[in-house]
Amino acid sequence: MDELLREFLTETSEHLDTVDVELVRFEQDPNNEKILSNIFRLVHTIKGTCGFLGLPRLESLAHAAETLMGRFRDGLPVTSSAVTLILATLDRIKEILAELERTAAEPEGVDSDLIGELERMASADETTLLAEAAAAPEPAPEPVAPPAPEPEAPRLGEVSLDELERAFLEAPGPDEDFAPPAPAPMPAAVAVVAEPQPAPAPAPEAAKPAPAPKPAAKPAGARDTAAKDNASQEGAASGENVAKVQTIRVNVDTLEHLMTMVSELVLTRNQLLEIARRHEDNGFKVPLQRLSHVTAELQEGVMKTRMQPIGTAWQKLPRIIRDLSSELDKKIELVMQGADTELDRQVLEVIKDPLTHMIRNSADHGIETPAERRAAGKPERGNIRLNAYHEGGTITIEISDDGKGLNFEAIRKKAVDRGLGSEAEIERMSEAQIAKFIFHPGFSTAKAVTAVSGRGVGMDVVKTNIELIGGTVEIASEQGKGSTFTIKIPLTLAIVAALIVAARDQRYAIPQVAVLELVRVKKGSDHQIERINGTPVLRLRDRLLPIVPAAKVLGLDGAAADAGDEGFVVVSQVGRQRFGILVDGVFHTEEIVVKPMSTKLRHIPLFSGNTILGDGAVVLIIDPNGVAKMVDSGKSEQGYGFEEPTESEATEETETVTLLVFRGGGASLKAVPLSLVTRLEEIDASKIEWVGGRPLIQYRGKLMPLVPADPSIQIKSEGTQALVVFSDGDRTMGLAVDEIVDIVDDVLDIELADDRSDLVGSAVVRGRATEIVNVAHYLPLAHEDWTRGGPPRIANLSRTLLLVDDSPFFRDMLTPVLKAAGFKVITAGSTEEALQVLAADKRIDVIVTDIEMPGRDGFAFVEAVRAQARLHDVPVIALSSGITPEAIERARRLRISEFVAKFDRSGLVAALAETQPDIRSSLGEAA
Amino acid sequence: MIAANQNDTARDGRLSGDMEEFVTVMVADQMFGLPIDRVHDVFIASSLTTVPLSPPEIAGLLNLRGRVVTAVDLRRRLGLPDRSTSGDEMAVGLEHKGESYGLLVDSVGEVMKLSVDTHEPSPVHMDPRWVKLSHGVHRLEGRLLIILDVDAVLAFDAEARAA
Repeated sequence: MDELLREFLTETSEHLDTVDVELVRFEQDPNNEKILSNIFRLVHTIKGTCGFLGLPRLESLAHAAETLMGRFRDGLPVTSSAVTLILATLDRIKEILAELERTAAEPEGVDSDLIGELERMASADETTLLAEAAAAPEPAPEPVAPPAPEPEAPRLGEVSLDELERAFLEAPGPDEDFAPPAPAPMPAAVAVVAEPQPAPAPAPEAAKPAPAPKPAAKPAGARDTAAKDNASQEGAASGENVAKVQTIRVNVDTLEHLMTMVSELVLTRNQLLEIARRHEDNGFKVPLQRLSHVTAELQEGVMKTRMQPIGTAWQKLPRIIRDLSSELDKKIELVMQGADTELDRQVLEVIKDPLTHMIRNSADHGIETPAERRAAGKPERGNIRLNAYHEGGTITIEISDDGKGLNFEAIRKKAVDRGLGSEAEIERMSEAQIAKFIFHPGFSTAKAVTAVSGRGVGMDVVKTNIELIGGTVEIASEQGKGSTFTIKIPLTLAIVAALIVAARDQRYAIPQVAVLELVRVKKGSDHQIERINGTPVLRLRDRLLPIVPAAKVLGLDGAAADAGDEGFVVVSQVGRQRFGILVDGVFHTEEIVVKPMSTKLRHIPLFSGNTILGDGAVVLIIDPNGVAKMVDSGKSEQGYGFEEPTESEATEETETVTLLVFRGGGASLKAVPLSLVTRLEEIDASKIEWVGGRPLIQYRGKLMPLVPADPSIQIKSEGTQALVVFSDGDRTMGLAVDEIVDIVDDVLDIELADDRSDLVGSAVVRGRATEIVNVAHYLPLAHEDWTRGGPPRIANLSRTLLLVDDSPFFRDMLTPVLKAAGFKVITAGSTEEALQVLAADKRIDVIVTDIEMPGRDGFAFVEAVRAQARLHDVPVIALSSGITPEAIERARRLRISEFVAKFDRSGLVAALAETQPDIRSSLGEAA
Repeated sequence: MIAANQNDTARDGRLSGDMEEFVTVMVADQMFGLPIDRVHDVFIASSLTTVPLSPPEIAGLLNLRGRVVTAVDLRRRLGLPDRSTSGDEMAVGLEHKGESYGLLVDSVGEVMKLSVDTHEPSPVHMDPRWVKLSHGVHRLEGRLLIILDVDAVLAFDAEARAA
């Protein structure tokens, strides 16, 4: 059922119960305006909500009742018949609500009987008022034609005030007189008269969510709907009775406040414990222990009030499964267990979406089609089981299906394809390890992308979301038997265990969930921090761990200050990113109460909140996610500064290129795409040999020619010489530079330089004008045959190649490579230009095209190419910087032979080589 | 009843008559007045926890009877140089949009009951930064009392973003 509708039902039935009680009080005390206005307000609310939700029957009933009560407010004497009528209306409303709750739709039916009567009574008032004012009986304006001919209605106009009064006072009279068109009102009315009498006695404000009509009224309801659904009504009614738990609705704010107070109490207790620790042997110990206990229990109790059953997060799932079953032509049954398992509201919000996603996945990937299931000897109907239960301080949610289980082979293959490990490595991995690959971003083994899943987005997000709240996800899967996902999440986020650390002279808290281990680092010991061009790393069990010095990210050190590589490394993991936070000291773990950051400080991504420690000090809680982001983006000094919080957002949207920035001749910085660089070296200058006036060095058993990056650079004869090594096939060359400055990620927006062949152009990198070096210029300087001879892999057939790329930089970068591979290269800067070239030049043998281009992209281009019969079979190689499963699928359909990363020159050459031996056969494969 | 009362006093400490009450504070030899109904308490700002990477106006966080209070340096807010002498500063506890702030000042004076007759708008040539943060001036005997606009003083975040 709709969440909104459910809420409306609960709220309205509560309101109605109150109105019931209040009305009876009002009848006894008709001059009490407070009661009347309360009733009026409640009925008005109901009317308003009904209108909003599109429930016309309820709305018109409530409206009519409201109108009559409005008359009361204007001074119409309150008669028991009027009250009875209103109560009858309320009962009718309850009947409709009960039906609404069962079927989520307003039942068919006419309420003209009640509405007519209500309006009649309301307008009778008008008549009487008019009569009073004019002192002469006036004919009634006949405001609404009563839908059913009622004996009293036509008489209305002539009725005098006295007569009316008398009629109203004779309680049962009017009721008896109505010739009810529907059987409902009479019994209902009678029931109501009998029913509310005991009502005023119990506490009137104890609002119980009891949406069912009171037992007395039930026969009426049953009769109304008997034809429709008698049995289910009985069932529902009894179910409701069972579910009637003694509850009080409390404002969430009240609970939040209570939680805050308890948090304070926890803090105060911690404070006291801290003091007691310092004063050995005192009388406080025992009472303090008691206080500690009580506090813990109170904390638990209050925490409970914030709990909601996990079922609220599951509400939508049966519907989703039903829809998916029909969409996918599968038979799926969803079994939900432990829906009443409770967890913190906040946590519930976070896991709602991941759960939905995982259920979809199970239905789509896990459960087989009925035919497949039959073939596997399983019942046609697949089962998805959701189970939630408490376990210690955590809640465990299991999502299991009896489907085909994970396809480990497909995952292995995919993992190798995606370069997540070498074939041998992945072969050695256990199934549990293999299963974890499905949490990698962009990982999907679904054969086809469906509307449901298979887009490879999702599982990584699921994992991230769950990890964000300190939870874990595990997978167990057995081929042919099914998979089980086990999610463990903490019960609450408000109080967490944290490690208290020190950076310089201040303490900080790091949530314990993010801490994997602690490593003491000291110069000269087993664990010591090493630096790569100033960037600290730590060797930890044969892996390099990026180190983030806390003092540095927090900006506690001046630029010049020596960071000092001693202290403790807090090894943390966020998502797949492992990193170490270098702190100066580690104290202890403490249960801290997370307090939100002041709005003035919330923009600092490094902190997730603050807390007060046992000793009363305020400490900031370091957000490992914030630090992880800096590990990702903060490859340069500037990345740590946060002067421009918007910067990272801006760059995310455009494609960035990783550049190696160096100095080499001239004042300005130079840069080259890092992907072209084989390695960076610093060599002993005395080892440089000069042969025939050209500098060479023995490098990895071979002679490597050195080329100065700029004619003005003097290759050093002593000290160290920085080299940027490029290699292509067997050839390597060292570009001698003055100094390697940095590696940065930036959007490359090159302004071309026409007059210099050693430069592609210039660009602004990290806010500084930087010359982008044209590697193609240097290669022939080192090896004269570099462009001439060409790699031996491709026979020189002088085939013609069309290179389509919107970026002149890449065109310039790739043209020499392609030429070297023996192609005659024609370039085009856009889809349109390329199509013109194709129309003009009939001898294009192979096309290499960029995918991401403004306007018509590479796919559109290939589609246009494929549409031409002549070019139907031309091999196409696509260049892309990011390969998504969608792209691969699209490429497959367009029979694109190969996807090559933009900078992967050898990959491109290899792909070209493959198109050659037998074009037909390679096409056959691709298709 | 209660609501009506609040309405009466909510406007910058204006009492029902034409008298207003202010808590006076000293910052760099200038006296400022804060509407008394905005001032929750006055306390010594000790053991401040500085917040790295925070805006310069924020002196840090402190624990005031179990609440975390954001300490705002009024000197920096007014563009005045930092205090040269060390030692604990006084703070005036304020609330702004449901959050607790402590405004760091050099010292806290007394409560003054002033007639609106001595109130004047801020002089036109006053530092625009100060104009933005004040609600005019009271002419006192021998000195001037600048009335601080508490909301404006604590609104530096929005201001900084808009700029």
